Amino acid sequence: MAQFILPPNSRVKKGKHFKAEGAKNLRKFVVYRYDPDSGENPRIDTYDIDMDKCGPMVLDALIKIKNEIDPTLTFRRSCREGICGSCAMNIDGANTLACTQANEDIKGAVKIYPLPHMPVVKDLVPDLTNFYAQYASVKPWLQTRTPPPPDQERLQSKEDQEKINSPSACILCACCSTSCPSYWWNEDRYLGPAALLASYRWLVDTRDEATGERLDELDDPFRLYRCHTIMNCTNACPKDLNPAKAIGEIKQMLVERQH
Amino acid sequence: MQNPDRPLSPHLSVYRWQISNGLSILHRITGFVLATGAFLFTLWILSAAVSDEYYDGVMAILSSGFGLLIMFGYTFCFYYHLCNGIRHLGWDVGKGFEKATAVKTGIAVVVVSSALTLGSWAILMGGVA
Repeated sequence: MAQFILPPNSRVKKGKHFKAEGAKNLRKFVVYRYDPDSGENPRIDTYDIDMDKCGPMVLDALIKIKNEIDPTLTFRRSCREGICGSCAMNIDGANTLACTQANEDIKGAVKIYPLPHMPVVKDLVPDLTNFYAQYASVKPWLQTRTPPPPDQERLQSKEDQEKINSPSACILCACCSTSCPSYWWNEDRYLGPAALLASYRWLVDTRDEATGERLDELDDPFRLYRCHTIMNCTNACPKDLNPAKAIGEIKQMLVERQH
Repeated sequence: MQNPDRPLSPHLSVYRWQISNGLSILHRITGFVLATGAFLFTLWILSAAVSDEYYDGVMAILSSGFGLLIMFGYTFCFYYHLCNGIRHLGWDVGKGFEKATAVKTGIAVVVVSSALTLGSWAILMGGVA
């Protein structure tokens, strides 16, 4: 059953305000903090940042906070160019990558939370164990029965390759799945947009020979059909992919194979 | 997954309302109102079958200012649920999934259902007057 209110240990308290002195171009960064060692509830800390001495992206501001103001701030980041998917978080009320979200595109204080409705390991770091397990459950690899051609790879036409270009570009940042209210309320049974997009990528791959089994796995009131086409996933995707459309097409495949 | 040892990150309270999730929850709310409102309709029919007094009583409530407001809201719920239902049918056959298209159809649903509500009431009130 969906629980709309946060459990008592998750309610967010007021935290500290780190004021900057003597800067002209100040910007407030409001950041969710949780320290597992303190035994206390999560809190919201506010940091004043001199934007004249800060890079353009939200990730630049987070790194600046960690380097210069508060070294205890914890977050994931790696490539800082939108390809690793590590710095996915809820910024200004929507999920995106901190490294590709410009500060100047946000009005007012920059509000930063971890990905929604996830167990928090520390600060902006969510536990993605379930998310990865769901990805693995759709068997995201090539499954074949026929032997490969003896002297070459399994070749594809350009047209067939185009079908998988877009869904293959998923970086598994979890922005889409954790933006989805259906996923929030049913994350234990609904696979979520990211895992379903991964499944779609293999369903439309002309080299894959397990289409029937893949569809059998998805033909379930929860695994697939908890999608109610809310479209938060497609709006959130930092790679401009379309999980909602992929899920819609999977639903169509299931209808079509009944005839 | 819920894990009692770790806090759950905020969700509903922090996620921005957009056309996507806003219209989706409105679809559910209007669906709920339509289902419960069916009782009201049944009450009206039933009162007509019971006696003149009951019928006059129910009609007095329905034609009061408050009653009219409820009926007006109910009309909007009906048209909104109908129009957004058509939008959902489009998605079911694989149409309208592009981000810009979904925004446009969403706005269209709100405009058309509002216009149908106002239009219906203009005709109804014109007929009464």
